[in-house]
Amino acid sequence: MLKQISVFLPNQVGTLFKLTQILMDNDINMRAISVAETADFGILRVLVDQNKTEECVKVLKAENYLSLITEVIAVDVPDKPGALHDITRILAEERVNIEYLYSTLVKEKAIIVIRVDDIDKAVNILKKKGVKLIESKEF
Amino acid sequence: MIHSYHGLVKISLKNEKILIVKYVNFFHKSLKEKFIKRCLKMTIYWNEKAECMPQEELKKLQGEKLKKFAHYVYNNVDFYHKKFDELRIKPEDIKSVNDITKLPLTYKTDLRDNYPFNLNAVPMGEIIRIHASSGTTGKPTVVSYTRKDISDWTEIMARTVMASGITHEDVVQNAYGYGLFTGGLGFHYGAEKVGCSVIPISGGNTQRQLMIMQDFKSTVLTCTPSYALYIAEYAKKEGIDVSKLALKKAICGAEPWSDNLRKTIEAELEIDAYDIYGLSEIYGPGVSIECEEKNGMHVWEDFFIVEVLDRKTHEPVEPGEEGVLAFTTLEKTGMPLLRYITYDIATINKEKCSCGRTCCRMSKVTGRADDMLIVRGINVFPSQVEAALMTIPGVAGYYQIIIDRDIIDSLSVQVELTADTFSDEMKVLENFKRDIELKLYNILQVRASVELVAPGTLPRTEGKAKHVIDKRTKNI
Repeated sequence: MLKQISVFLPNQVGTLFKLTQILMDNDINMRAISVAETADFGILRVLVDQNKTEECVKVLKAENYLSLITEVIAVDVPDKPGALHDITRILAEERVNIEYLYSTLVKEKAIIVIRVDDIDKAVNILKKKGVKLIESKEF
Repeated sequence: MIHSYHGLVKISLKNEKILIVKYVNFFHKSLKEKFIKRCLKMTIYWNEKAECMPQEELKKLQGEKLKKFAHYVYNNVDFYHKKFDELRIKPEDIKSVNDITKLPLTYKTDLRDNYPFNLNAVPMGEIIRIHASSGTTGKPTVVSYTRKDISDWTEIMARTVMASGITHEDVVQNAYGYGLFTGGLGFHYGAEKVGCSVIPISGGNTQRQLMIMQDFKSTVLTCTPSYALYIAEYAKKEGIDVSKLALKKAICGAEPWSDNLRKTIEAELEIDAYDIYGLSEIYGPGVSIECEEKNGMHVWEDFFIVEVLDRKTHEPVEPGEEGVLAFTTLEKTGMPLLRYITYDIATINKEKCSCGRTCCRMSKVTGRADDMLIVRGINVFPSQVEAALMTIPGVAGYYQIIIDRDIIDSLSVQVELTADTFSDEMKVLENFKRDIELKLYNILQVRASVELVAPGTLPRTEGKAKHVIDKRTKNI
């Protein structure tokens, strides 16, 4: 399981610019990033170096950002057809809902970051089925 | 009665004579009838005796009615009984209309404090209708009507409808909302009384409005001015040739509008548009109406005494000066009101009008002495928005109301998210937003869109916060 930071951002010119500036100034590296947007606002979801997560939230809070930490699953998905399908099938069969997902690269391997409604259940069944989950120390 | 055939107009006069007039084809079809009436100096009244009563006689009548009314409220409404006692006055002290200033004022807060029926002068068994409009908090302002009240309001509305030149030959498309709002039923009863063919279409569904307007050959449209403009724009978009419509007139009210907007509506729909004033506390629509002169709205003074008061002290202003209007309902029996402060700012003109009606005329409402907003014809108080937000857990005390107008008003409320309400899941935020929108609709009775904003982004001010941004002023 990994710790993801979600940040509330208004859907306006320059908001990401301001945020990336803060992260850069605080020497925080983003490892994965995704934005969900509506007409008015967006939710930025970001994975930073896992030992910097708490620090990053503190920095954002000091800058008056609304943010929170959520636990997500990261799976190592082979680069071939049907690889993600194996994972979505397991989750669907066990009635675990995927709220959202996005991909990133870790050590040149494709990683899928998944936010589910029941993370403990998801971790258990994926492990049982032999799916390789990325732990925070390897991230 | 007027019939027209190919350039000739047959007018049946009262003494059974027939007048044939040849007329040129007017570009503006609504001008035709007006031209003829002008030529003949012919104004039609619903109740000529009452509408054209000499002013001295009217004043005397008001005095007599006020005497009776003072007794009525004193003897039947606890609230007024106490007020009279506090002011150490008795109904006997009221001898003429000039004594009105001795009587207590009534405020909107008094209606709220006596919610819903404590200002009623009769038991519920005698109440046959209940209407409601916005209150300043979560509770509406409630008005109860006896059978006499409904019958009087119908008389008032019949005069009102006819004052704008509408007759029993007209087909009235009533696009005011039917329901707790007084607009729909108020017009309905009045136009029916006159004998018009009334189409109770209610508001909204513009496509259908235009279909009915074309197919039923509606000659009169009754709705808010912004909705009239919206219908005009919609017709244009749909490629409907408005000159082919039977529509001649519109009676527009429930929200303030300028003479410029009138000109636009008249030009776009090729009609005459008349302003009407009213508020549910004083029956509803029909408290005053423009006649065909379009030079101020006639207040039916045998039913109401209108006063213009200083907006701060609530003392009478000098004749002709601007101030808040206060109405006394001389004939109301269900929920009679003495000197009810409307917070609407206007002036009163007592000169006799060339239409022959003797009652005074009020100007367009130029503003409000409180913070009430009118959105799509519905009254909205910022305090209502606050009251609605307070009931939702996790909503911070900071909010901002933004009103704009793109033909039709839009109302949006910005609400700050908090650490408790923020989520990484979009659906959680969207549900939160929808919950607030639903709550707002339940209380305001007008749709508001909610915009979630980051904490700390709404302006914090010392003292009274600026909660309202009304961008419409330049467009009205």
